[in-house]
Amino acid sequence: MGLLTVSGSPHIHGGLSVKKLMWGVVIAMVPAMLASFYYFGLGAIKVTLVAVLSSVIFEYVITKFIMKEKPNLMDGSAVITGILLAFNVPSNLPIWIIIIGSLVAIGVAKMSFGGLGKNPFNPALVGRVFLLISFPVQMTSWPVVDKIFPMGLDAVTGPTPLAVVKEGIGNGEKMTDIMNQIPDYTQLFLGQSGGSLGEVSALLLLLGGIYMLYRKIITWHIPLSFLAAVVIFSGIFWLYDPNTYVDPIFHLVTGGMMLGVFFMATDMVTSPMTPKGQLVFGAGVGILTIIIRVWGAYPEGVSFAILLMNAVVPHLNNIFKPERFGEEVSHG
Amino acid sequence: MKLKTFNIGGIHPPEHKLSASAAIQDAPLPKVAVVPLSQHLGAPAKVKVKRGEMVKVGTLLAKGEAFISANIHSPVSGKVAKIEPRVDSSGFRRESVVIEVQGDEWNEDIDTSNDIIKDIKLEKKDILQRIHDCGIVGLGGATFPSHVKYMIPEGRSVEFLIINGVECEPYITSDDQLMLEKGEEMMVGIRVMMKAAGVEKAIIGVENNKPKAIEHLRKIADQYQGISVEPLKVQYPQGGEKQLIDALIKRQIPAGKLPSDVGCVVNNVGTAFAIYEAVQKNKPLVERIVTVTGKTVKKPSNFKVRLGTPISDLLPLAECDMENTGKVINGGPMMGKALVALNAAVTKGTSAVLLIKKEESKRVTVQNCIRCGKCMSVCPMGLEPYLLSVIARQGENERCETERIMDCIECGSCVYTCPSGRPLLDNIRLGKANTGFMIRTRGRK
Ligand code: SF4
Ligand code: SF4
Repeated sequence: MGLLTVSGSPHIHGGLSVKKLMWGVVIAMVPAMLASFYYFGLGAIKVTLVAVLSSVIFEYVITKFIMKEKPNLMDGSAVITGILLAFNVPSNLPIWIIIIGSLVAIGVAKMSFGGLGKNPFNPALVGRVFLLISFPVQMTSWPVVDKIFPMGLDAVTGPTPLAVVKEGIGNGEKMTDIMNQIPDYTQLFLGQSGGSLGEVSALLLLLGGIYMLYRKIITWHIPLSFLAAVVIFSGIFWLYDPNTYVDPIFHLVTGGMMLGVFFMATDMVTSPMTPKGQLVFGAGVGILTIIIRVWGAYPEGVSFAILLMNAVVPHLNNIFKPERFGEEVSHG
Repeated sequence: MKLKTFNIGGIHPPEHKLSASAAIQDAPLPKVAVVPLSQHLGAPAKVKVKRGEMVKVGTLLAKGEAFISANIHSPVSGKVAKIEPRVDSSGFRRESVVIEVQGDEWNEDIDTSNDIIKDIKLEKKDILQRIHDCGIVGLGGATFPSHVKYMIPEGRSVEFLIINGVECEPYITSDDQLMLEKGEEMMVGIRVMMKAAGVEKAIIGVENNKPKAIEHLRKIADQYQGISVEPLKVQYPQGGEKQLIDALIKRQIPAGKLPSDVGCVVNNVGTAFAIYEAVQKNKPLVERIVTVTGKTVKKPSNFKVRLGTPISDLLPLAECDMENTGKVINGGPMMGKALVALNAAVTKGTSAVLLIKKEESKRVTVQNCIRCGKCMSVCPMGLEPYLLSVIARQGENERCETERIMDCIECGSCVYTCPSGRPLLDNIRLGKANTGFMIRTRGRK
């Protein structure tokens, strides 16, 4: 019979693991990743491969040789960071810059805080923002999407729709003229806007998000309050003066909106615990995104908005406690 | 119609009711019975017999003299061989009466016939005394002395008697089978308890995965005034007193309060049967139903077992494959205790003996907390297990108190759910012990 195990209850486990959750996120990103390969060709494949491989390698090396712990590569979290980083950069970004991005994301934003689960900020976003500030030129020369099938290296570069609008408004152009310079909303939604890899198809990102909701990897609170805040806040501006401000739909289908809504704001490590906290967090990200897009120096605001809200997560967790049994909840 | 259930948290582990509808069999008498003096919540009983004394089934072995304690009777007839500490099912050595079994002679004043006596002759006061005398404790697992529950403080009135037939732990079927076989007796027991508590209404809560028991009880309940049967949505830990009251009558007991604060008394169906036997047949608590089950058990069974029977006696009866068993649990998989010694005795709180396969007996690998919040969303008490676990480890007792660590009912839902396999409940138990100590000693400065 051998020795019997003696341990405290409970004696069964539901079988959910970090690995299952993380690979679930990876699966959800695959459609959008394939779309980026389709639209941006070899460049996108190269960027993704480099970002993923370097993230995984950095995590392994740092865990093993600096933290002197047993590396757990298969948990998939470094793969997610790699893919998200790739989603956040243009397809013609030089390899060495991508590697620096991975190093910052994994080494600085994740491992220096103690690794998995301990980082206050979303690692991929930290990597992206670092690159944006350090290499503004390379990070904002976007290959233009060829509408047929552009396999091959990207030659032409051009601004993203968000940048077009921002510049247009800055130059005092009429909104209708600006809108003529960018693809229509259906095209933007289905996947034909220039920009980072992950900005290419709002639709496929939405699909991935729905998959994660279905698998209960994320809950609806952050995506919904985020989207609602974007629509309501930008809607107020637009109703006030449709000639100076773009309409809410444009905000929804452009830039990293869907990527941010479903994949980066919902990162469980860096978002609040309770549903109420998550609603406030999502709304905060939505409002900050619009503020940056309208008044900020950068055309895109999603990344900055998420990082800013990441910083207040500990406070949100202190303020919004779960509903306790036997007590009407009182918020301090 | 939407089934009722409790409102905060909860999980639904696989039910694995392997021994469902296995008729209750009498387990043979042990050769030697080991009867611990502490089989209940509260102070141990004071021993009243001496070495060498002859006892019958029903002879008082030890008296529960403290306010919260319970009498203990001999479950067998024979000779008191020793009174010494023995390892019990909780793994501790506790003073026990060891009886060499001879024959099976019962005290004369116990009605051992099978007749169902429906007419309740005793008055309220005498019912309470009888429950006290017969050493009845909650048989759902908490083993709280029953007579104490029915001493309702002056000026407070109770509206509902809540009967717990939920059996929400996976695997266990002892209550299910008892409801099917002893439903009638149980109803009389419930009428007795209603008289004791002075209530007009009793609700039996049964989870919907026991349709036969629900149907059976409903049929008999018609003949008993004021008793209704309520099917509940299957959800763990619905058998928790607080969760059950919430599920049935939508009242939540505030922290640190008792069921009587929301107008309820709660007892388990097995206790209802034991109270029937005590009050109507003058039979002390000397036996109970024990489910022997698990994936390495060939014949998952429900046994009627004399208390004091070594658990190891039951294993061959159910044809257990010990070769592939890695863990043996006294109770269910969520809240039961892993046995240190297989010869520990069946006691008043032993609802099941569960065998866990070798492969499933080790815990999953621990990883960092990924702050997914899942432990929090399943906690039936609305706590933050990840946070309690951390501050308990760091010894922040004051903070533990304000974060309501003492509310934790140790249901294990958080650990069951955590994707990182974190030992949340181990830490929380430690925190509860330290925080409880801090609270108790605070007044004494
Ligand atoms: S064991 Fe305690 S903390 Fe964990 S879920 Fe149950 S009540 Fe909540
Ligand atoms: S379930 Fe586990 S990993 Fe998730 S927050 Fe709770 S302790 Fe952390």
